Amino acid sequence: MSVKATKEYVGVPRDSVDKFHGKQIVYLNWHQHLLFAAAFMTWVEPELTFGDYIGGPITALIAADPDAAAVEWDKVEWKVRGESFTPDFAKSLADNGIGHKDLITMHTPGLNTLCGGSLPS
Amino acid sequence: MTLTTDKTASKKKLGLKERYAAMTRDLGWEPTYRTPEELFPYLTYEGIKIHDWSAWEDPFRLTMDAYWKYQAEKERKFYAIVDAHAQNNGHLNITDARYLSALKLFLQAISPGEYAAHRGFARAGREFAGVGTQVACQMQALDEVRHAQTQIHALSNYNKFYDGFHAFARLRDRMWYNTVPRSFFDDAMTAGPFEFMLAIGFSFEYVLTNLLFVPFMSGAAYNGDMSTVTFGFSAQSDEARHMTLGLEVIKFLLEQDPDNLPIVQGWIDKWFWRGFRVLGLVSAMMDYMLPKRVMSWREAWNIYGQENGGALFRDLARYGIRKPSGWDDAEASIDHMSHQFMLALHHWNFGTAFHTWIPSEEEMTWLSAKYPDTFDRYYRPRWEHMRSIEEQGPQFHNFGLAKLCQVCQLPCVFTEPDDPSTLWQRETAYQGERYHFCSDGCQQIFDNEPEKYIQAWMPMQALFSELEGNVPAWMDWAGLINEQDNLNFHGSADERNFSAWRGLSTTNTTNQENPA
Repeated sequence: MSVKATKEYVGVPRDSVDKFHGKQIVYLNWHQHLLFAAAFMTWVEPELTFGDYIGGPITALIAADPDAAAVEWDKVEWKVRGESFTPDFAKSLADNGIGHKDLITMHTPGLNTLCGGSLPS
Repeated sequence: MTLTTDKTASKKKLGLKERYAAMTRDLGWEPTYRTPEELFPYLTYEGIKIHDWSAWEDPFRLTMDAYWKYQAEKERKFYAIVDAHAQNNGHLNITDARYLSALKLFLQAISPGEYAAHRGFARAGREFAGVGTQVACQMQALDEVRHAQTQIHALSNYNKFYDGFHAFARLRDRMWYNTVPRSFFDDAMTAGPFEFMLAIGFSFEYVLTNLLFVPFMSGAAYNGDMSTVTFGFSAQSDEARHMTLGLEVIKFLLEQDPDNLPIVQGWIDKWFWRGFRVLGLVSAMMDYMLPKRVMSWREAWNIYGQENGGALFRDLARYGIRKPSGWDDAEASIDHMSHQFMLALHHWNFGTAFHTWIPSEEEMTWLSAKYPDTFDRYYRPRWEHMRSIEEQGPQFHNFGLAKLCQVCQLPCVFTEPDDPSTLWQRETAYQGERYHFCSDGCQQIFDNEPEKYIQAWMPMQALFSELEGNVPAWMDWAGLINEQDNLNFHGSADERNFSAWRGLSTTNTTNQENPA
């Protein structure tokens, strides 16, 4: 049994997508940009296009980082659920396979200002 | 000569040992019309085997009548000093109003934990079969509720003058950084009685308590807070008893049956890591919130973690117990965690019921000296960048809310043990839902009992699921008054008022405007 209990016990997930009023939670982490202490939690419609997601909330959120203006979006390396993937910016998050509580990671090789030029290479 | 009396007594007074026996063991009885299993239904499902409850020894041999007497005496002294503190404006003797953030964190995050521990021990006292164990749990339940009350009373005086103290109970339940200790205690209280005792009695009270109480109480002493120091003294003898009880628990379990060893080791692994995550709050308090520092988090860990904890686990090796599985990961994070956590609190301080600030140049020099391998290299550049933004306008806020760990509920702000540039992020899918973790330790806890943790109430998710992202509504609901309790210390009413009142109490200025 997946929990220690006196009898058969079934837990109910607290944060399933049906509780989020038609939207979903999507996390985004900019690798090696720790001015932002944790991955961003965003609450967005699954129909939002990947391009609008990046150009809207994400661009606004990362603006405080000195590297933000230097990001070349067509060169970003993306991961979701730990696997590399190539998003279609014109398609929706859902059509890009990004579901509720998925973590997107963006890697921008060469950009790592606030970890310092002092990073171990 | 023969005395004639109504009754004869061979001895006027019972010896300590007889008295203890009369007041504990003699209170137990064998059930006749109900089975022991009906009376104590939770003793077997965790897999722990107990053959002889009478082997439980209370090293203090404290009886309830003596307990009431001692505690009443301590409370008389405690309240005399707290009253004097209130009547003499003791709040103006603290080093600096920034110290209040440490107190607010303590009141919101730690004092309600005392109350939770009270409830937990009251339950454990009912569920255990042995009388010695029941009495020990009863006393600790009373200690814990007393600690909650005396802490609240000690700090209530500050509520008359400063922001952020007014809604600690609601904040405890709903505020994102306070759900860390809340979920810690909820997890322990929803476990069986043996796991509860191991979690709170041993891992928390024995292994980690010095890392929690010594920093807060010494911090109070160093920063002129007589009220909180007095609480610390008043609780000290209780804590010594709790630590002894914690050690007694583990020895009792391990001596009763060899099959208990792997279960106990699993709980030590789990509860060490859960407790260590709660201590993330303490690390930030020690390194950043005390105007007058006691010691660094690193120095505290060396003494109370490395030395004391190391000696404890060497001692327990004869039972087959090894160090908790997360020990090396903990060690690897010591020079990073306070900085990572405080940077996070500062950039999210629109959502904290205490004030934060960027450390001064002098404080950064102290941090460099205490963390020579990490501070200048990784953390000073971030503080300086934030400072340069703050010098030109409003402070930098990260309005992206945080991805939380499904187990410890902290934002996932910590980095990989071997790579301070990469966040420690783990995720898993369970029955089609995704769950995220801040560390291997937290993921292992989830993997062992997923049905428990999938139900966790996560404060950041609740902002969207329960309040549809309405931040002002969330503040009302959580007990946070915007632009009073939260945001930067500089420019706060706490800063302004403390400075003005202290000026009135320490100088001859009479025409100073009274800010109240």
